[in-house]
Amino acid sequence: MILVWIIVVLLSGGMLCWLSARWNPLAAKWIALCAVLVDLAILVNIWLQYGRGVQAGTDTWMIQYQTAWIPSFGISFHVAIDGLSLILLLLTFFLGTLAVLCSWKEIKNRAGFYYFNLLWTLAGISGVFVALDLFLFYFFWEVMLVPMYLLILIWGDKNRRYAAYKFFIFTQAGGLLMLLSILSLYYIHGAQSGSYSYDYFSLLNTQLEPSAAKWIMMGFMIAFVIKLPMVPFHSWLPDAHSEAPTAGSLILAGLLLKTGAYGIIRFVLPLFHEAAVDIAWWAMLLGVIGIIYGAMMAFAQTDIKRLIAYTSVSHMGFVLTGIFAFREIAMQGVVMQIVTHGISTGALFVLAGMIKERLHTRDISKMGGLWTSMPAMGGIAMLFTMASLGLPVLGNFIAEFLILMGTFQANVWLTVLASTGLVFSALYSLRMMQKVFLGPATNDEKLHDITAREMIILATLSIAIVLLGLYPQMVMDLVVSKK
Amino acid sequence: MTHEQLMALLPFMVLATASIVIILLIAFRQGHTVIQVTGFLMMCLVIFTMWYVRDFLPQTIMPLLIVDGYGALFTGLIIFCVLVVGLFSYIYFEEREENPREYYILIFLSTLGAAILTISRHFISFFIGLELLSVSLYALIAYLRTRNNAVEAGVKYLLLAALTSAFLLFGMALIYMDAGSMDFSAIAQKLHTAEQSSPLFLVGFSLMMIAVGFKLALVPFHLWAADVYQGAPPPVASFIATVSKIGVFAVLLRFAQELHLQNNHSIMTIISVIAIFSMISGNLLALRQQNIKRLLAYSSIAHFGYLLVAFLPGNSAGVEAAAFYLIAYAITILIAFGVIILLSAKDKDAERLSLYRGLFWEKPFVAIVLAVALLSLAGIPLTAGFIGKFYVLMAGVQQQAWLPVIVLVVTSVIGLYYYLRIISTLFSDVSVAIEKEKKLHPFFYAASYTALVVLVLLLLGFGVMPATIIPGIKQFLLIGN
Repeated sequence: MILVWIIVVLLSGGMLCWLSARWNPLAAKWIALCAVLVDLAILVNIWLQYGRGVQAGTDTWMIQYQTAWIPSFGISFHVAIDGLSLILLLLTFFLGTLAVLCSWKEIKNRAGFYYFNLLWTLAGISGVFVALDLFLFYFFWEVMLVPMYLLILIWGDKNRRYAAYKFFIFTQAGGLLMLLSILSLYYIHGAQSGSYSYDYFSLLNTQLEPSAAKWIMMGFMIAFVIKLPMVPFHSWLPDAHSEAPTAGSLILAGLLLKTGAYGIIRFVLPLFHEAAVDIAWWAMLLGVIGIIYGAMMAFAQTDIKRLIAYTSVSHMGFVLTGIFAFREIAMQGVVMQIVTHGISTGALFVLAGMIKERLHTRDISKMGGLWTSMPAMGGIAMLFTMASLGLPVLGNFIAEFLILMGTFQANVWLTVLASTGLVFSALYSLRMMQKVFLGPATNDEKLHDITAREMIILATLSIAIVLLGLYPQMVMDLVVSKK
Repeated sequence: MTHEQLMALLPFMVLATASIVIILLIAFRQGHTVIQVTGFLMMCLVIFTMWYVRDFLPQTIMPLLIVDGYGALFTGLIIFCVLVVGLFSYIYFEEREENPREYYILIFLSTLGAAILTISRHFISFFIGLELLSVSLYALIAYLRTRNNAVEAGVKYLLLAALTSAFLLFGMALIYMDAGSMDFSAIAQKLHTAEQSSPLFLVGFSLMMIAVGFKLALVPFHLWAADVYQGAPPPVASFIATVSKIGVFAVLLRFAQELHLQNNHSIMTIISVIAIFSMISGNLLALRQQNIKRLLAYSSIAHFGYLLVAFLPGNSAGVEAAAFYLIAYAITILIAFGVIILLSAKDKDAERLSLYRGLFWEKPFVAIVLAVALLSLAGIPLTAGFIGKFYVLMAGVQQQAWLPVIVLVVTSVIGLYYYLRIISTLFSDVSVAIEKEKKLHPFFYAASYTALVVLVLLLLGFGVMPATIIPGIKQFLLIGN
């Protein structure tokens, strides 16, 4: 039941924000902040309570809740969390809190409606991470779409309309194909067992013909790799990320992309294991292409948010490659990568947003020498750039190292190619650092360094990324007992 | 005729009385308000009598009519739509140039035609219902006859409807020649005993499909839709989009069910081709449309294409899906037209998309209502439109009609574009000040707003909790089967 409350808090908090903004715009911010903090507190509490139990290897599903929803279709409201969901939910509310904080000053117009959309997006995302009924999963998958669309559309940058359309239509196209697959699976399972149900655990027992399994899996995969994104389907991402407001980019990069990875791990691998093994080589190849392509594109960008967006494509390539290596160690790396990428890329987007707030541009050729006027921000940016290029001590290193170790056992040559991605990432990261913070100052204006509120945001992110780099065990403990 | 049969027909008789009552009221020179209120009460009375006679169902009134749960469900939906359309009509026509009183006679007659369609089991009642529906519509479409597009739309509808009625009659005649009966069940028996379906029957059915396709605005008989939606007064357009289409679809569905048309391969091919082309062209034509009424016309073409996908399986799941889809669609389209009516100025309908620019910041309530309706048309969760589309897809996948299903998915992604275009217009920055209209009748404005609220709540309610209505639909469909 507590899982339902997590979502209800967000949904009702969103409504409250909207309504309260009519009489007091300030109230909306505080309500939004309280809502995400309450949820974060609930999650931390669950973590402290059940984290130990998982280690002991008892039940992998910590909390379950099921109630009938549309019984005539065999649809139930079935939510549950295991270690993986718990990690992702913690990440959701951690980044959610920061998203509220970093919109504090940025959003001046229509704040009530803004926080409504923000909280509803978070509600959709957390729903995706807990749903264990395929219909419910699809439902939440779509629910997060509309508020995110509105966030980009209303509070985005110049080219926001185009970016918002593209985001919505790409995701919806994938989603509908997934819906077709869900329905086929439902009928095949129903014909076999006589009980028609969308429940995850019942569908796990479905026996599929290899050809049917392949097609059905493709429907799921397309939806997930569009979200991830995998290379031929990535083109919505740079637009959406660069046009969205800072909090929007943070949520997109930190959480929305992760729903794709989560979907593959939770649904594709268990439901269609044989079919997934069959396409493993291709998926790894496309992942590697994504790593290199994303890195090269990032190197060529002049728009700082687009640059960061392409680094996401590159990092998500590691996730895809790692998942389809089918090695325990790579899978742990994938989960680490999901968490650390959310934090490091999120932090870079927050930094980009702060720079944009001060300079009113995203063009890195108009920046330069910012270190002299903003040393504190420069230092933190250096930290996250290093994280993004995979320097030891920081979380991303552990993640990418584990993934490469796992894939090396599966396919040597692809791993070698993937490793070159690390070199490329050094190139684009250092180029960005150099253009923005070092070199001669192009701007004579006096820029104020980070404020206390910004310091809080960046400090939490920095602590998190260092902590994950030094003590990754806390994440792995939760995933280890997945089997 | 027995007492039970008479009782079963009671709602329809009350409906027929409604127009006569209105005629009498006009004869006694009563005003618009009195007529409006009486009409509203009469429709409530129809619903009440339907509830009252529920235990007498099902009843077959030989040879023309059958009043069963299926008919009651669709008639109920039709009456519900008329209630809402009537309510919206008041604020629209009260300010217009034309005397609005005869309008209500025509509306109720037309409704009677649609209601007869839902309970007909014979070609004669089929034809009478259809003609009653269309003849009133000719006048309704051109009701504001001084307007530019009104007469054009009316004449276009008149010519095409007359032409397709001729096709319908010819088709019926051919089937009669083949089967020797005009009774649906007798035709079914004849078909059942025959070794294979005769070419005569096939040709006859195809000719009938021309008339039905015209009424439902399916491709390639859709050419009137945009002009008529644009030229007709918005309440009439919403009437065409809901009542007339529900009635015709209901009779088509009953005909197909009785005859087990799903076993007839060539007929199913014809219907899936029509469905596929309707989905594709409806959505493509709407893409660049700047006029919201025309856009809704094209989107309705696509939606009836979707609905035909539910029609293909021909089993009870398909009928349920179609019924749910029609309910969701009717509510949605009533909301959309309700918003257009509320925003229309005295001499001009609010049909240009540029009028809706930034509406959200000017009139948040109306804009949100419209946005919810559009999301429902696009089939996004939390709305009934999503469950409807889901239901239809379920029916299609179950039958493994892969081609129509894939086309449905692809075209609804295309369709998303124009729905999003309107939504992004609603939320865009630059706003055009809409003139503050003088509210002549605060009570009816309040009633219209209340109706919109109720409709939106229904839309969201059915979207989140479809379990509240699906058992009801199933129960209705079971009566008489």
